[in-house]
Amino acid sequence: MKKLLLGAAALTLTAGLGWAESHSVTRMGTEGAYPPYNFINDAGEVDGFERELGDELCKRAELNCEWVTNEWDSIIPNLVSANYDTIIAGMSITEERDEVIDFTQAYFPPDPSAYVAVSSDVDVMGGVVAAQTGTIQASHVASSGATLVEFATPDETIAAVKNGEADAVLADKAFLDPIVAESGGALSFVGDDVMLGSGIGVGLRESDTELKGKLDAAITSMKEDGTLNAMIAKWFDGMDAGY
Amino acid sequence: MFAHCTDPSTLSGLSWLACYLTNGKHLAFYASFGTVMLLLLVTAPAALGFGFVGATAARSRIPPLRWFGQIYTAMVRGVPEIIFFLFVPIAMDQGFEWLRHQVKCPDWTEPVRQGNDFLVCAAAKLPLSNSPQWVHEAYNFGLAVLAFAIVYGAFAANVLSGAMKAVPKAQLETAHAYGMSDRQTFWRVTVPQMWIYALPGLSNLWMILIKATPLLFLLGVEDIVYWARELGGSKTSIYAYPHPDWRLYYFLGLLVFYLLLTRVSEVVLARLTRRLSHGQATMAGEAQRKAAV
Repeated sequence: MKKLLLGAAALTLTAGLGWAESHSVTRMGTEGAYPPYNFINDAGEVDGFERELGDELCKRAELNCEWVTNEWDSIIPNLVSANYDTIIAGMSITEERDEVIDFTQAYFPPDPSAYVAVSSDVDVMGGVVAAQTGTIQASHVASSGATLVEFATPDETIAAVKNGEADAVLADKAFLDPIVAESGGALSFVGDDVMLGSGIGVGLRESDTELKGKLDAAITSMKEDGTLNAMIAKWFDGMDAGY
Repeated sequence: MFAHCTDPSTLSGLSWLACYLTNGKHLAFYASFGTVMLLLLVTAPAALGFGFVGATAARSRIPPLRWFGQIYTAMVRGVPEIIFFLFVPIAMDQGFEWLRHQVKCPDWTEPVRQGNDFLVCAAAKLPLSNSPQWVHEAYNFGLAVLAFAIVYGAFAANVLSGAMKAVPKAQLETAHAYGMSDRQTFWRVTVPQMWIYALPGLSNLWMILIKATPLLFLLGVEDIVYWARELGGSKTSIYAYPHPDWRLYYFLGLLVFYLLLTRVSEVVLARLTRRLSHGQATMAGEAQRKAAV
C-alpha cells in the first residue's frame, strides 16, 4: 500500500507538466445502457454510478471532462482510434482486453455474474443462454457448454429471456438485481453465481500513460478517504466494496 | 416541459404519458427526425452531383477520365452498401487525419500505427479532441453524408448515363447540323432533355435512399432508430419513468413515419413526372399532347 501511495504521489507530481495543452478536454466514453453503472437518464444525459465516479475522478485529477456514448461492441476500437480517451462503462479487466488496451486499477471489486430465467428448472449449462456481445459473460457461456445467443445491448438480453428466445441470461448481478426485483416474480435468479473478471477499471489507450497515472492516483485517493465505498453503497443498494 | 412533471412518480394515466412524451429524451428523439430529413436533403443533391460527374466522366473521350467514371460506378454498385457504409467513414477519417498529420506535424517521429492504436499528433486530430461534442457529432454526420453520397452517386451515375443515351439521336444530329459543338449539344440538348428519361430511375433511387436512412444508426449517429431502441427498452425504477419493453410501439411509430414519407414522395414524384413529360417526345408526353387536342 505504501509503495502504491508513493508511486501515485510521484505520478501526480510528474504527470501535471506539459499535460494541459495536449489534452485540454478528456473525453469519457461510456455505453449508456447498463444501469446502475451507466445509463441515459430521462433528460437525455449520461447518469449512473460511473457518471458520478467519473466526474469525481476528473475533479481530483483536475481534468476537464466531457461525456460521450458509444455502442458496446465498438467501444474498444473507437478508443484505440482516439475518438475518446477513456472507457468507463462497467468494463471488467481481463487478460484479453489488457492486450489491446490498458486499464487503471479497479474502481469496482469483482462482482459475481448471475443467471436469470423465467422458470427455476432451467439448465444453465446445457440450455440456450443470452449474453451481451463482447462481454466476459458471453465468453463464459461459450465455454460452459450452453448455447450462446448474443445481443448488442444488455436490454435485449433481458427481452430475449422474457419472450422465450433464450432460457436464461448471464450478466453482472448488480445489473440484474433491480430487474429481478421489479419483474413482479416473472424473473428469478437460477443456478449458482459465477465469479468472472478481476474487477472493473477505466480503459485507456496503451500509449496514454500520463492519463493512466492521473486516474490511478485519483482512484487511490477516493479509496483512501472512503468516498468510493460510499458511492458504491449509494448506487448498489448498500453494497460493501471493502476498499 | 410542463410544471407538474417535476415528480413523475406521483403521476398516472394521461398526465404521466404527457410528461413522459415530453421529457428530455423524447425531445431528442423528435429532433432526430430532423436529422433524418437533413440527411435526405443534403444527400440527395450531393448524390445527384456525384452521379452527374460520374456519368459525364464515364462518357468522356479522355481514357483516364472514362476509366475513372466506369470504375466508380462498377465498384460501388458491386459492393454491398452496408460494407461501404462501414468502410468509408473509417477510411475517410483515418485518411484525413493522416494527411493533416503529414502537413501539421512533419517532425513527429513515432509511427502513426502503434500496434492497435491509430495515433496522429493532437493538432491533426479530426475534429480536435478539445472541440465540443456537437462538433464531433457534426463531423460524424458529415462522414455519413459523404458515404451516402458516394454510394448513391454511383447508382445515380448509372441512371443518368442511361438517360443521356436515351435522348433521341435525331435531336443531337439536328443540333450538330445547326453548327453546335459537342459541348453545346451536350449542355443545350442532352442535359435539358435527359431528366424525363432519368426520372423513373431517380425516383426509385430516392425511395431506396429514404429506406436506407436507418443505416445512420450503424455509423454511430444518434438517429431515430437509436432513440427508438433506447426509449423503447424496458426501464427499471432507476429511471424517472419506469416502463416495460415498449420497443414494439416505438418501431411501429417509425414504420408509420417511413410509410408516410414514401407515400408523400410518390405523390410529389408523380406530379413532377407529369410536368416534365409536357412537350416531350415520349409516350407520356405524346398522350398529354393528344389529350390537349
